[in-house]
This record gives sequence, structure tokens and C-alpha cells, in this order.
Amino acid sequence: MIRTTPFHERTSALNETGLWSHWAGHLAANRYQVSDKFEYFAVRNAAGIFDTSPLFKYRIAGRDAERFLAGILARDIRACAPNHAQYTTWLDDRGFVLEDGVIQRRGADEYLLTSAEPNLAYLTDRVGRLAVTVEDMSLDIGALAVQGPRSRPVLGRLVPTVADIPFFGITTGEIGGVPVTVTRTGYTGDLGYEVWMASSDALTVWDALWDSFDGQGILPYGLAALYMLRIEAGLLLLGKDFDSSRYAFNDAHRSTPLELGWAWMFKGLTDDDRAFIGRRALEREISDHASRWKMSGLIVDWEDYDRVYGDAGLIPPKAHAPVHEDWMVYDDAGSRVGFATSFMYSPILQRHIALARVRPDLAKAGTRVQLEFTVDHHYEKVAAHVARLPLYNPERKTA
Amino acid sequence: MTDRYDAIVVGGGHNGLVNGAYLARGGLRTLILEQRHLVGGAAITEELRPGFWFTTFSYALSLLRPQIVQELELTKHGFLPLLMSSRFAPTEGGEYLWFTQDHDANLREIARISPHDADAYEQYSHDLDRVCQALKPLLDMVPPDPFSDDPEELLALAGLGARFRALDKRSFHNAVRLLTGSAADFLDDYFESDLLKGWLASSGIIGSKVGPRSAGSGLVLLFHSLGEHDGEFGTWAFHKGGNGGFSQVLARAATAFGAEIRLDARVERVLTAGGRTTGVALADGTQFSADVVVSALDPRRTFLELVNPRELPDDLVETVGRMKFQGTSSKVNFALDGLPSYPHLADGNGEMFRGFVNIGPSMDYLERAFDDAKYGWYSREPYIDGAIQSTIDPDMAPPGKHVMSCFIQYTPYRLRESDWDTERERLGDTVQATLERYFPGFGDLVLQREVVTPLDIERTVGLSEGNIFAGELLAPQMFFLRPAPGWAQYRTPIAGYYQCGSGTHPGGCVMGAPGRLAAGQILNDRAAR
Repeated sequence: MIRTTPFHERTSALNETGLWSHWAGHLAANRYQVSDKFEYFAVRNAAGIFDTSPLFKYRIAGRDAERFLAGILARDIRACAPNHAQYTTWLDDRGFVLEDGVIQRRGADEYLLTSAEPNLAYLTDRVGRLAVTVEDMSLDIGALAVQGPRSRPVLGRLVPTVADIPFFGITTGEIGGVPVTVTRTGYTGDLGYEVWMASSDALTVWDALWDSFDGQGILPYGLAALYMLRIEAGLLLLGKDFDSSRYAFNDAHRSTPLELGWAWMFKGLTDDDRAFIGRRALEREISDHASRWKMSGLIVDWEDYDRVYGDAGLIPPKAHAPVHEDWMVYDDAGSRVGFATSFMYSPILQRHIALARVRPDLAKAGTRVQLEFTVDHHYEKVAAHVARLPLYNPERKTA
Repeated sequence: MTDRYDAIVVGGGHNGLVNGAYLARGGLRTLILEQRHLVGGAAITEELRPGFWFTTFSYALSLLRPQIVQELELTKHGFLPLLMSSRFAPTEGGEYLWFTQDHDANLREIARISPHDADAYEQYSHDLDRVCQALKPLLDMVPPDPFSDDPEELLALAGLGARFRALDKRSFHNAVRLLTGSAADFLDDYFESDLLKGWLASSGIIGSKVGPRSAGSGLVLLFHSLGEHDGEFGTWAFHKGGNGGFSQVLARAATAFGAEIRLDARVERVLTAGGRTTGVALADGTQFSADVVVSALDPRRTFLELVNPRELPDDLVETVGRMKFQGTSSKVNFALDGLPSYPHLADGNGEMFRGFVNIGPSMDYLERAFDDAKYGWYSREPYIDGAIQSTIDPDMAPPGKHVMSCFIQYTPYRLRESDWDTERERLGDTVQATLERYFPGFGDLVLQREVVTPLDIERTVGLSEGNIFAGELLAPQMFFLRPAPGWAQYRTPIAGYYQCGSGTHPGGCVMGAPGRLAAGQILNDRAAR
């Protein structure tokens, strides 16, 4: 049976389309009204609210929690002070990515890890003799993302300390008289927060939040808008931009964190010899320059794009709805040098953009490549250039 | 004291800014002079009441050339066209058409009124798209000169002929019918619903002294259909912060390319010596010198006021002298205490207000509104193109409050036996009373009202007779005839003196094409020197 989230009573009343996706076993709105693009603009221009409850959530606690996580997670959790969160990944021992997620350090010995796929067995099976408990909180905690430039003033009226927390900071407070945790995290690449509460308090929090939105132009947004936002933000989607090594049948479906553009997670790697799963393989990849790809942004040359469609007698489509497919990337000589996995027309950048893996030697911003399209049932190559991720990165995100 | 520049642009409206940005990008030391305390010309946004931002004049974007966004890297400077997700055409009686972003739902909406017209609308849209697709490249080209023997010009003319010959018969015929005929004739061939026809015909009258049944309204309809938002023909966007927000983006881009902008700098005249321009003189006597001076003002001011007409050929002076301006549009802008309500459509979120609200419920309504103007008066029941812009950009008004821009027609520049200083508030009352009939209780929501008549447009912005296009979009004033035969390539008879305003090809609307095309000519001419 498909589940509903603790906010369903409210979100279903708002969903005018009657359409739902299935996300991690839950109904999740694609869009609330007929225009996902309008919801997208609400986030970029005012704020939006998104029910992110279907995420898997694990409470990891105990005297050895830090030690445990330092060995499991590839990014150094010891650098994450209490009341801070980290975007992190965990690898297999060949250095391939199992998954990514955000871990909140809610206390010295208490963490909440969110992930897109189930990880309870993976985590508990590795506890061993350490003083650590891993608890699946997925259904016990409701979560709402409030994202966009107005998120801070609006949430700040309910939880004043929100105004003070840095990017990836955590604070607590009350909304509607019930306790909440607020993290400055999100999946939109904008200024934004996520609000976490007991599932049983979910509707109370929703109602109090909703009342505070009055007249602010804040809209609920669904998965369609979310995917637009996350591509501009250069945030990867499991199952679309990469797959978990755990369930891959061959290495073509596996990625290392360096190949996914996460080298920044390992800046202090050589400072000590923290043992974590995948470390040796990661070190070898670095020393041997063995990465096959590097995740990059692509920006399509607008004139060339228009030319290709114009020559075919077509009006060049500028479809904002993301397409998650393989698009081949070539160099000017016609050799295949990569592949794109997410493609869309970005309304805020006014360009077609893609998330793509390219050969590491071509990953320098500005490198010219060719992206392959099908136009009128045949292949066409259109000029594009490599760009640094995120493709859209407003100052307010971290300010 | 005289400061020296490579190029001086007279007028910091959107075309002046575009032109100046391109010239600076091309390496010219460029000065843009604006008479007012802010750039934008008729594309400005003003905080007329604390927290309430009014788009005093122009109020949406569609025809802006996408090349300008890319070539001037406007997204770097904050270019942000927001989607208007709804279009709403109510009637007093309770019948209405409400379009959203769901194409099929829109067809159902039409079918509610006329099942025939739902299907016909598909055909109409496709036919119009085909014509637009064929004609759109004209917006991005310097019109060829049919009076020249230069082989290049002849080639360009031949290319133009070839373009039309490449069209299928139906599209060719549709193009000619739109370019020469009336919006009503064209729409009558597709539709039976008067509400739908009134709605679609309204783009055939915007800014122009024509009724839907006048020849010429087809061209105006076609012109407004040539716009696009994110690749979709005929759709409009609302720029973050209004069109004033857009003008600020242009100013930032121009400045980033190295152009200098001076405000409160009204140019009194363009200086010439020996048939060449040498610079400009401001009203306060300051002079700036440059080999290139570009007028972004309308043709009347460019040829008859900024320079001595005696320096120009008689036929040019004569043509510009009789060019039709006859502004016929006004704006009435409101600060509102809340969203209006339409009693026949309960929607608590006001989703139908997230875009244009069209008060023009039938072709007869529009034609009667025009009748008043023909005889020198403003419409007793005016056509209104409304937009509650704070539903798109919440930063335009305080939380829970709204701003509403209303474009009004017809309000002829010259009134019979009265003047606009006398009639201004009565026009405001007429508009408000009209809105009250559609949205009962509207008047109680009004916190403030701003009435902008053609006379006000002329006084404030400088557009002659308040014509929003800097010269009517009539066939005899278009393409290689705009602004005058032989002078449609942005040059003037005075060497170094150029024109880049909406009075040149392709025309008005916040399009930027004249500014861009003129800059291309100027830079080419310099390269050829």
C-alpha cells in the first residue's frame, strides 16, 4: 500500500491537479497547480514549501557515534561541530559511491542522517562492538523544506534564532507550540531551511507555518519544480545522475566521489589517516589520476541550438521540464568524451543546461564540447561549453 | 568645458541603454544621457506609495529580443522574466474564459463556451505561429533599402522575396491578410464566440488608434504575436521589479561594458558642423563632443527638434512631419488593499489574477470603445488590460496588498472641447467604475490611484503625443518606411548622427531591437572608415 506523509491532509487539499508521484513509498505531489514553472519562480523569487518527509532518516546516537560515522562516511564527520550539518557520502571499499545524504549533528553524540534509499541494514551491520544505536526514524519525523529569499524572514518570525544560523547550521525552537529543529539545508541551491518535527506534530507545524505565509507569495511546490531547482543548483539525484554501487551490475554504473565532483569533501584527507570505507581506493584514484569522468555543468550555445532547430523548420523548444536521460557529449573531432544525465531549459539562466560527466582533462570551465540531440528523428550536435557547478549560485544561499 | 566621447546616446530609455551597451561592448567610449532622475524612459517602476511599486507606463515583456539577453549577458546583471501563469477574460454577466498553463484545460475552457472554437483555436494558434515563424527574422534585420542601387541592398530585397516565396500558400495568404487587413476579419474566419474574439482582437488594438474592424489592426495583432517568453510565441512575462527592474538590468550591463550614464542631463540639441555631428549640448549649457551621436528619441524629436530641420532634406522633414503619433492609450495604476473578487468564479487564491485580466468582452465592445475615440473623446466603456503584478512578484507590494496596472484604451491625445488636465481624474473614475462592474467592491480596495494620460506620457517621458510606440504601427510607417523612406537603416542625413528609438524598425514595445540593430550599423560604419 502506498503511504501518505504526515502532511497529506493539508497537501492533498492544496493539490489541484490530482496527480501524485510515488517517492520512497509515499504519495508526493508533482505540482500543486498546473504550472510547475510558477512554483519554481515562487522559490527563486519569494519562497516555496516542500514536503520532504519521504526521505529516509536515521538517528545514530551513543558514545561512539562519531567514531562509527568517521569510519562509515567518507567526509570527515569530526569536522562537523554540534548544531551543524554536512552534505556527505559513503563509499564501498573500491571507492565507489553508495549514496549521498545530509547528516545533522544534533548533539555531541547524536546525529540524524537522511538518505534517498534505505540504509538501516547497511548501518546497523557495521556497528559491531561500538556503543552506537541506529534507529530508523523515517516515519517518526516529518520534514518540510522552506526555500527561497523570503524563507529567512518568514521562519525568523517563528523561530528567531533562524536568522543567526550559518549555511548548514542547526537551531531548535517551537512552531505552533511544538518543538522543531530547523536546519539551513535544502535541495534548491537557494537561501533555504528545512524544518523537522515529530510526525504527530506535523499538522500543527504546517498550520502555523501556513498562517505565517499569508500574503507573502509563498507557494507549495512539487517534485517537478524541485528537479528544475536542483539541476540549476548542481545537486545530483540518485538514480538519475548516478547509481548506488551496491546495486550496480558493472562499473559503468558506478561512480567515485571525485567523478561526481565531490573532491571538495576531501580537502583535509592527507592531514591524518582516518580509516573509512573506500579510503585506500580514493587515495589511489587521486595519486594515479584514475578518475574516468568529472561531473560538470554544460551550457548550450544558444545560437547553435536555434540554428539546428531553425534549419529543420522548427521553432526551437525551450522546455523547462527536466529530461533525465543519457545525452552523448563529443569533442570537436567527434570522439565521445562524456555523457549528460539531466537536461533542461533554465528560466533564470535563459539557457539550456545539463549536468554531465566529461573526461577530466576537459572539465575546465569554458571547454567547448558538442551535445547530441535528436531533431526530426536524426542526431544533431549542438555546441556547448563546460561550466562550474552550481550553474546558479545566488549570494544569499550562503550569506 | 567639453568632455570627449566616441559615442553619445541621447535618451536612457530601454533602446538607448541597449544601444549604449552594445557600443561600449564594441569598444566605444560611450555616454548615455537621460533627462530624468532615473533611466528607463517609459520602462520604469516607481514606489509611489511606501511599499507599493507602480509600473507607471510599460508593464510587461514579450518582444524583447532573446539575442540581447545573451549578447549583453543580462542574466549576470539580474535579468529575471517571471512567468505570468494565467490569462483571464471576464464578462459582466458571469461568462468568462480563464487560461492556465494547461493547454488541454484551456481548450476545455473554450469548449465550455463554444465546442467549435476549441478546435478552431488550435488551428488559429498554429496558423499564427507559422506566420510568426516566417516573419520573426525581420525583427532582427536592418531593413533593406528599396531605393538603393547597391547590389547588397538588392540582394537583401531578393532575400526578403525568397523568404515569402518559401512559405506555403496558406501561411503566405495569412501573412498578407494580417499585414493588410483587420483583426476582426481574420478572427471571424476562425471563431464564433464573441468573448473569445474580443479577447484575441485586443492585441490588435494595443497602443494603436485602430478598432478591431479597422484595416491595420491585423498588423498590430501580428506584431504583438511576434513576442515570446522562453521560446513560446505570443506569451508575455513580467520582469522582476517590473519593467523598471529590467531597465536597471540594462543600465548595469551597459555600465559593466564601460558605458557612462548621466542622469538629469537633458539634451537640448545635437551639435553639427559641416554636415557632421560634433556632439551635444545640454539644456544647462554643458557640452559633450563625439563623432557619433545616437538619438533614442522618437522621429519627431530626432529630426525636427534635436537638429535644425533646415539641415535635412525636405522630403524627410515632410515625411516625419506627417508621421502619425496620435497616442491613444493611458495607464491607470492602483494600490489595492487586497485582491479583487469575481463573483462568478470563486477562487480563494486568486489564481486567475496571475497574469493579464482582459476587459474587452466582445468585438463590439472594443469597436464601440474605438468609436468614442474617432470623434475625439475617451471610451465611455474602455478596453482594459489589467495585471495585478504583485501576484507574480510579491516584492511589488506589502504582504496581502497589491498593485494593479491597467492599460487603457481609447484615450485620444487630442480631446474635443476639453483637455487631459481637466479630464484626467474623470478618466480614472471611468476606469474604476468599469472595474467595479466586473469586480464588485473594487472601489473599496483602492488605496491609491495614478492616472497617466497620453499628455502625461508626453510630458514625463517625451514620447510625442504620448504614442507608446514612438510612432504608430501602421503599414506606411513600418519596416523600410520606418521612420521615413530611405532612412530606415538607423543613419540620418547628418554624418555621425544616428537614430535607435522605437520610431525606427522594427518599432515599439520593450523590444530593444532598434537599439541593437542601430549599434550594429554604427560599429560597422566605424569599421569601414
